[in-house]
This record gives sequence, structure tokens and C-alpha cells, in this order.
Amino acid sequence: MVTRDLSRSLAQHAFFRGMDEKHLVFLAGCAKNVLFDQGTFIFREGEKAGVFYLLRYGQVALEVHGPRKGQIRFQSLHEDDVLGWSWLFPPYTWHFDARALSLVRAFAFDGVCVREKCDADHELGYQLMSRFAEVMVGRLQAARLQCLDLYGAPA
Amino acid sequence: MALPPNPAFTAPHVNDPMVPQPYRIAGRREENYDTFTLELVPLGDEEPHGFRPGQFNMLYLFGIGEVPISISGDPARPELLAHTVRALGTVTTAMKELKVGDVVGLRGPYGSSWPFEALQRQDVIIVAGGIGLAPLRPLIHHLLSERRRYGRLVLLYGARTPGDLLFQKQLAKWDEKTALEVHLTVDRGTVAWRGNVGVVTTLIPRVQFDVSHASAVICGPEIMMRYSALELEKRGMARDQIYVSQERNMKCAVGFCGHCQFGPHFVCKDGPVFPFSLVAPLMKVREV
Amino acid sequence: MALQTLEVSELGEILAALAQRGYRLLAPTIRDGAIVYDEIDSHQDLPIGWTDEQEAGSYRLLRREDEAVFGYVVGPHSWKRYLHPPALTLWRAERSEEQGFTINEERAEADKVAFIGVRACELHAIGIQDRVFLQGEHVDSHYRARRENAFVLAVNCSQAGGTCFCVSMNTGPKVNEGFDLSLTEVLVENRHFFTVEVGSDLGAEVLDEVASREATAAECQEADRSVQNAVEQMGRSLDTEGLKELLYDNLEHPRWLEVADRCLTCGNCTMVCPTCFCTTVEDVTDLGGESAERRRLWDSCFTTEFSYLHVRPRVTISLPLTLSPGGSVRSSSASRYRQWLTHKFGTWFDQFGTSGCVGCGRCITWCPVGIDVVEELNAIRHTPGSGASERGE
Repeated sequence: MVTRDLSRSLAQHAFFRGMDEKHLVFLAGCAKNVLFDQGTFIFREGEKAGVFYLLRYGQVALEVHGPRKGQIRFQSLHEDDVLGWSWLFPPYTWHFDARALSLVRAFAFDGVCVREKCDADHELGYQLMSRFAEVMVGRLQAARLQCLDLYGAPA
Repeated sequence: MALPPNPAFTAPHVNDPMVPQPYRIAGRREENYDTFTLELVPLGDEEPHGFRPGQFNMLYLFGIGEVPISISGDPARPELLAHTVRALGTVTTAMKELKVGDVVGLRGPYGSSWPFEALQRQDVIIVAGGIGLAPLRPLIHHLLSERRRYGRLVLLYGARTPGDLLFQKQLAKWDEKTALEVHLTVDRGTVAWRGNVGVVTTLIPRVQFDVSHASAVICGPEIMMRYSALELEKRGMARDQIYVSQERNMKCAVGFCGHCQFGPHFVCKDGPVFPFSLVAPLMKVREV
Repeated sequence: MALQTLEVSELGEILAALAQRGYRLLAPTIRDGAIVYDEIDSHQDLPIGWTDEQEAGSYRLLRREDEAVFGYVVGPHSWKRYLHPPALTLWRAERSEEQGFTINEERAEADKVAFIGVRACELHAIGIQDRVFLQGEHVDSHYRARRENAFVLAVNCSQAGGTCFCVSMNTGPKVNEGFDLSLTEVLVENRHFFTVEVGSDLGAEVLDEVASREATAAECQEADRSVQNAVEQMGRSLDTEGLKELLYDNLEHPRWLEVADRCLTCGNCTMVCPTCFCTTVEDVTDLGGESAERRRLWDSCFTTEFSYLHVRPRVTISLPLTLSPGGSVRSSSASRYRQWLTHKFGTWFDQFGTSGCVGCGRCITWCPVGIDVVEELNAIRHTPGSGASERGE
């Protein structure tokens, strides 16, 4: 019962805190354990986004690059964080680059598989979407503060 | 009309509180592209004034003007008064030209201090933004000098870019050699930057502390302090466990000029350090 | 010491006695169409036979039908211009070879001055500034020197002005302490005299030098009636009950926006106010850069510079819009009017233990658009709670 073992591991992750076991077992069917070496790209801007990650260990940077600007890191993600939501809606393409800044362990979820399960079980869909919404609200709020150039004024 | 005597007035050494004393620049360090630290020693043979972490001095540049600057050095070494200055206005920009040996005027120290007595036996979460680390550094020195009196000590420090982070060597040393956990973050990382990227508030949900025995001290621009306090409150911290350092325009530092009023408070003498519970309601009102 | 009586012709002798003792006589006198405070040579320079007519945004001098010496109320000046002058050099500095520069403190010394005709509201205003400059942790030595060298010849008001509300503020019209000598002017049926109350040993000494006599019961009654007259004439009245809490609860009241539409933020109210104490400093050098000095100047919370904080230039990541320019904490006129009024009638209690207003009415009279603090406070009181902000906790 690989799926059941995996569902137990999933239950440990902050993202799934409070989620029903039956939903976790159901979702575990879409999940696998993955590992990224330091410095590798987990995904790159413009690639097909068919997956999302729950980070278990290590640090990931979200980056964008361009002439003159060079490479800009605008967010770092860590253990307990969610990485990626471009799999949720068409055109299912990654917006930014994600790079492992250290060895990274994560659960990877197949996007198509998860979407199908959510279509089939709306209760699961609601549970999952409300978790994503909370993450997105937090990221949006933080991004707004980041835009404010908070430290510009003297203390 | 005869007036009753005022003990403060007749005390020795209390001259006009508006008159600066000469101090010589004994050391100068560049911290980053617009920020530098000046170490000052009294020119006369007078004893150095002690100070409490979080207090500030008024620094006078001959013929240019005077500005309030937090003391950023070790309170155990008051003979070398460090002031970390960001060149922003006329006076601080002119101060950039100061060299070792030059003389500036100094009055102080003024204002309230970080409540280190109240922090004893507590986990202390220190949240700093930009140059807001400068007035917190004396507190860190002090906490480390009597380390065993405190619980977990955590510094969360955010700046625009890695190049803006102040006192980097010292922070690295503290992180390695003392029991002070240092977490740095920047708004925009460079390729060489392997640390956190994101505003300082995003570090707060990940810090470990015992909320029943924890306090936080915050210094940075007001918006950053408000949102940092909000994140700490989400973690269960009460407003009276949180302290902030306020900033207002200041001309006299002794409660005469009226400029630094923040509601009923004079930032110069009632502050700059306030319990968040006292100032949070005012911080919510615009343009107070 | 019992009340004394002084014939009107003897007032000049009191002034002469003060001058004899080396006091400069500062007194009400007519200049530029108003009664101002300035140095006088004798009682002849007082505005004898004049009165003033005051309303919101209006002031005019009128001839009286009698020869009253103090038959007017307060003008645009107050005694703070002598105790806490509009411009004062705090110290001078000279460049020096070995030390960079040396600072020469201006000695805090003051001439002996006699304030002639100080009203009850003004004595309270002086008491309020004493709390600011003398009774805190730090003492303003310049203020103290001036204060110690001032002889106070007070006058009880026998009539009130159109913008007066000292009765509401409990600051007049009768003086009760803080004076050396206090006069009540009585003008009845061919009699014109002063009753004199002694407030200090120095006052008694000065009075001894003129031929006063003990006041009769009838004279005392006339004096009381004269002050009662002022009480009954009060131009305005203000409900001060819970004013501090009212203001603290209404920091977001819509009235602030409404008054801001009228307010020119000229700062006249702060300049004429006898308790407003805010100052700025100015550092100046000579052309050669060899000497510098610091001057202290009256300032007003109605300027945007008053609360200015330096702003670091933005980097490229920033929101494209800012609704108000950075820098000044109080960039809107509404916030500056709120600061002034809330300070005067609210936060002052927490800072200094009293109201910051003495009900002299100057800010009403001298407001170029006639904004009336009494009306503004009443407006907030009568529609409270519409923007109540969180308090205390």
C-alpha cells in the first residue's frame, strides 16, 4: 500500500493540516516524492505547468531575468510552502523560474490527476481550493508590501 | 514674579539643553552606498555619557544643522559612541564628508529605551527593517552580554537588496558564535544571494518561540512595524508584548519644540520606544 | 493685605515707581489700528478711552464714551512674545583651528520688565507655558530668566469681548494668582478708581511707594460688580465636559474635512495663541563660514514642513500611484487643523495636565476666514461617533 504510506506522509505537511484522511488517500494517488539537487531548475518560465510541489526540505527561489535587470530573485520558499499554481488554470504554463537553492525534497502532484479528482469530488475540490486561496492571499499581501519598498523611508 | 526653584535647573552641568558639546570623530566605517557609521569621543576631558539601548543623540554639523541619530554601538562601551547615519537630508548628506578627526556637536542621550528588564526570561524576537537595525544593535549587544538571562533570541532583518543589509559581518559572527539566530531577507535577491527573498513580515510565521514567554521589538518604517506587529499578533502575541520605535520630525529633543507629537505622546521624551499597545490605535489613524 | 484703593490719577505713580526700580514698562498701546503690547514711557501711552470690537475674523478699535484705561480686552499680541520670543539666538559658534569649532552659549539673561495690564486668561496662559518650559525634565533657561525678571501688574476684566470664553475655560475674568499687583478698574457716576490687590511681597513694596488707602466696602462691591459685568458679557460659551475624550473619539470625524475646506492653514491662530509654544530652529553662517549661530523661531503645526520626514528615493519596484506626497506626516489641511485643535483641547491634558486653551478668543478673532473653535467643537459634539476611532485598549 504505497498510496496509504504516502497519504500518511502527506498528513504531516502543513498544507494538509486538518484534511480528511479519505481525501488524502485519494490525492496520494496523484503524488510522488521528488528530489532536486542544489542549483537545478525545478521549472522554467514558459514551460508546461503540469504539477505542483509541497516543499518538505530545502529552499527554492522564484526568479525572473531580463536584459539590464539581470536575474532577480523576488521570493524564496521553504519547508512547508507550496510551489506552483499555474497548473490550476489554462494555459497551464509556468510564469517564472523556480530554482533549488539547496538540496530540495518535495511531494510532486500531477496537475491533470488532481484536477480530475477535484471534478469528481467537489468536497475535495473545496478543501484543496480553500487551502490554495489562503496561500495566494498571503502571497498577494506580502507581494503588495514588497512593492511598497518598505525600507525606503528611514527608521 | 518669583518662581519656585526647579531642581533640574540648579543641578550642576545642566546648561541650556539646546547647547551641543563638541565630539571628535574617532572612527568612520562605510556600511553601504548611502549609510555610514561615525564613532564619537568627547573632545573635552569629560566622562562619556552612558546611554540605554534605543536612545538617540542630536548631532550638529557646524553651520549646517542638527539631526536626531540613534546610537548604534555597544552600551558597554559608551566611550565610543557609534551613530549609523543614512544620507537623506541636507545635514546627513553633508555628514557624508566627515573624516576621522573632524568635530561635530552632540547633545543627548535622549528618549526612552528598549525594555530589556521586561525581556528577561523571555524569547525575544527582534524585527528590523532597513536602517531600523541601527537602534536595535545596542539592544542586541546588551542581550548578548547577559545572554543567560534571556530565552531564544531571534533577529529577523529585512532590507531592499543584499547590499542594503547593515552590519553583515557582525551579524554573521553573531549567528555563528552566539546564541542569536539571524534570519535575513531582501526584497530583491541577486544571483549571489542565497538567503530569503520576501518582506520581513514573511519570516514571522516561520519563527519558533514560546508565545507565553515571548516579546518582540520592532524598528523600521511605520508600515513595516504595523504589518510585523500584525503577523506577531497572528502568532498569538499580545500587543503589550510588542515594542516599536517611532519616528517623527524633531528639532529640540527635549519636549520644547512640539514637532514630534504623536497624539498625546512626544516621541522625543515619551518615545522613541513605545509599547505597541499604547500606539497601535493611533497608528491606524492617518496623518496623526 | 486688604484691598487698597488707588485714584485713577495715581496709576501713573505705580508705573513711575516700577520704572524707578529699573523695569521696562510693557503695556497695551495702540499701533496699526490694534491694541498691541509694546514698551511705553508713561501711563499716557495706554489706550485710554479706547475699546475694541471683536467677532470671528473681525477686530476694530472704537472710541469709548469714557476715559477707561483698560476698557478693552486682548489684542493680537500676548505676553509670550516677551517670555518666549518669536526669534531668539540660542548660541553662536566660531570655527577654530584645533577644535573644529567652539560654541558660545548665549547667556540666559533678561531685562527687568513690567507687564502692565495682564488679564486673567493671560496669566493662565503664562502658567500653561511654565509647565512646558519650566516644569518638565528639562528647563528652558531663556524662558526662566525672562519669567523671573517680569513684574506682573494684572487687571481684572470689567467687560468681555465678543470672542471671549474664559468663564467656560475657568480662567477668568478675575485673576486669582500669579501676579504681583492686580487692579480692578471702576467707573461709576463721576468716580473713576482702581481697587488694588497685592499678590506678592514685591507688589506690596511697590504699592507702598504710592499713596494708596484701604478700600471701603462700597468700593469693593463696585469692583466685584465690575468683574461680574464681564462674566455676564462673555461673547461665547463652550461646553468643556469630556472634551478630551470627545476629541480622542472623533479623530476621523467628517467635520475635519469640512473645516479644512475653509481653513487657509495660514497659522494665524497659532501665532496669536498665548499658549502655542512650537518652534523650529534655523542654523545660519556668515558668508565666510567662520561663524555660525542657531536661532529658534516660532513655528506652526499648520505648515507641511512641521512634520516633514526625509524620504529615500524609490527603487524601480514600487506602486505607480501615491495618493499623497511622502515626506510630511500631515500633508492634508484637515490633519493639520485636527492636530492643532486636538492638541489644544485634548492631548494637552495628557501632556501637561491642563487644557491648552484659556478662552481668550484670539484664534477666533484673528482667523482670516472666521473659523471659530467653539463652533467647531460644538459641531463635533453634536454629531459624535460618526467616525469614532479605536481608543485605549
